Amino acid sequence: MRFLLRRVLQAFFLLLGASLLTFLFSTLAPGNYFDEMRLNPQISANTVAALRAQHQLNSPLPVRYAHWVNSVTHGEMGFSFAYNSPVAPLLWVRARNTLLLTVTATLLAWLLALPMGIWSATHAGELSDRALTWSTAGLLATPELVLSLGLLIVAVRTGWFPTGGMVSIGYGSLSLFQKICDVAAHMILPVAALVLSALPILIRHVRAALAEQLDAPFLRVAAAHGLSRRTLLYRYALRAAANPLISLFGFSVGALLSGSLIVEVVMSWPGLGPLLLEAILARDLYVVIGGVLFSTIFLIAGNFLADLLLYWVDPRIRAGAPSR
Amino acid sequence: MSRRQVTRWLGALAVLHALILCAGFFAPNDPEEQDRERPYLAPVKIHFVDSQGHFHLRPFVYPTRLQTGSFDQFEEDNSTPLPLRFVVAGPRYRLLGFIPCRRHLFGTDGARLYLLGSDAYGRDLFSRILYGGQISLLAGLLGATITLSLGAGIGAIAGYYGGWRDAVLMRTAELFVALPWLYLLFGLRAFLPLTVGPLEAFFLVVAVIGAVGWARPARLVRGVVLSAKERDFVRAARGFGASDRYLLFRHILPQTSSVLLTQAALLVPQFVLAEMTLSFLGLGVPEPVPSWGNLLASLQQYSVLISYWWMYLPALAVVPFFLGYLGLASALQEEGGTGKIEEAPGGSPL
Repeated sequence: MRFLLRRVLQAFFLLLGASLLTFLFSTLAPGNYFDEMRLNPQISANTVAALRAQHQLNSPLPVRYAHWVNSVTHGEMGFSFAYNSPVAPLLWVRARNTLLLTVTATLLAWLLALPMGIWSATHAGELSDRALTWSTAGLLATPELVLSLGLLIVAVRTGWFPTGGMVSIGYGSLSLFQKICDVAAHMILPVAALVLSALPILIRHVRAALAEQLDAPFLRVAAAHGLSRRTLLYRYALRAAANPLISLFGFSVGALLSGSLIVEVVMSWPGLGPLLLEAILARDLYVVIGGVLFSTIFLIAGNFLADLLLYWVDPRIRAGAPSR
Repeated sequence: MSRRQVTRWLGALAVLHALILCAGFFAPNDPEEQDRERPYLAPVKIHFVDSQGHFHLRPFVYPTRLQTGSFDQFEEDNSTPLPLRFVVAGPRYRLLGFIPCRRHLFGTDGARLYLLGSDAYGRDLFSRILYGGQISLLAGLLGATITLSLGAGIGAIAGYYGGWRDAVLMRTAELFVALPWLYLLFGLRAFLPLTVGPLEAFFLVVAVIGAVGWARPARLVRGVVLSAKERDFVRAARGFGASDRYLLFRHILPQTSSVLLTQAALLVPQFVLAEMTLSFLGLGVPEPVPSWGNLLASLQQYSVLISYWWMYLPALAVVPFFLGYLGLASALQEEGGTGKIEEAPGGSPL
């Protein structure tokens, strides 16, 4: 239990640090949302000054930070100037869409990577393994931006998949089942881009982790005892290889988050990515801070999930011995 | 075996970089010269057989003209074939940035050659890809240099002095590692000026990229320094009265070189990608200066996406480079015996 408690505390301090960091960055900003407003002849200088005061932009950094923390405890996370609403509800809607994308992609990527990695490790050196190694190398060298643009072009030219957005026109009039199908159809392209970008790293790690165990003495002993290949692989080698893979699972969430930022923008998926980009262009201070923080929360949550899994799988950790 | 692999990858990368470095020679046209008469020209077809069915050893192209009754469709003018010539005189440029020159590897006499088509302003895409590589690769290399010097410095201080310095620096590093790096990059970029000239934008991007990634190399360097400072020859040197400074620069930092090299091979593609992403979204290097990122920006318009597929070609230019760098990284890791496998560019800081 101490292990988990320590992780929670760590996560809390990480979030605190991340918010402080983004606030520090924001003091670097040469302008803000209201500077644009001041250029607008229809808005009087007094109004701008009043708004600035209302949002405490004139106060020093510690005061602003305290104010912001206060608003976080009230579930607002500051105020969006551009949307004229509290930030948290804005982010929630977008974060849900991002989560839908990344969770699906993470699961799918792992479902594909595990069998491929296992196949590759057990057939090391054969033609199929080498072909897989080369294709993962090729995919690894193809960044998300390139992948998603390429997929988009294919989709646009063939018309096989819906492109752009999350739902079709007339979504509101569909039945529940049709709605699910519609969203799923729109998810195909972004999820494909994300899975393809995450796949090579996962396959390589699965292969490496398993290959290491397949060489281990305990496995040769077990094989000498006459255990079947199947038992050896799934009951012994895979279990022993699980630890680094579970840690990797936590990190893969983070990688997919960063990846989804691009994919969302390219495929105009209404997630955190496009919102963050808009906010950057409009200098919508608190939305940017909120967006960065939300992504950090997801990443921490992913790592925490991995820790929980480790705790469940590895008795050494339950016993309190440091295994990593 | 592995050393040979390292040299092989280094050789491949050297060839690729030479191509970009001498962009002026390999590009047939000036990257910023417009031709408003020929927007979105498709990649030129290179012929060997003319309209009479005769075979020519020297490949040739046909000049393009507007189709009659159309304003955006082009057709080939079969009457005047333009033979491709090598080492031909063309527009002036400066080789390596300072040698005035006007010879190009290939080109045609008379008309401009659009090997990979043209963009909205009739600029030659092939030349822009080559010149764009200069910006993107330079941003990646400079960014990696900044990051690695930051990382090596911070890691060395943390590892060598230990104590509160170590605690503070490593907690900060953990923070930077915990943030999804692309979001961090955007967060930092958000608070810097939006509309700047190409040169300022370039340095801004490099600075932002360089500032974001230091944490991972710093942690690795710290680990190496921790073990290096306890090695016998270092302790002996300390016993002879060597100063901290001398020990660090003479004995300890050289031991981090293989870690730093591997990190460099991983960071350069990641940072090239960062520049591409920022420029693609209009937060990086602006027009008319080409960069791999802003060459792709036009694909954000649906009309371009659907009708002008060749505008996607700049995206493919990065693939061989990334393949080279990632291959180099894994060869270096194999040689270093760490046995770790590489990450994707833009992947998580594992």
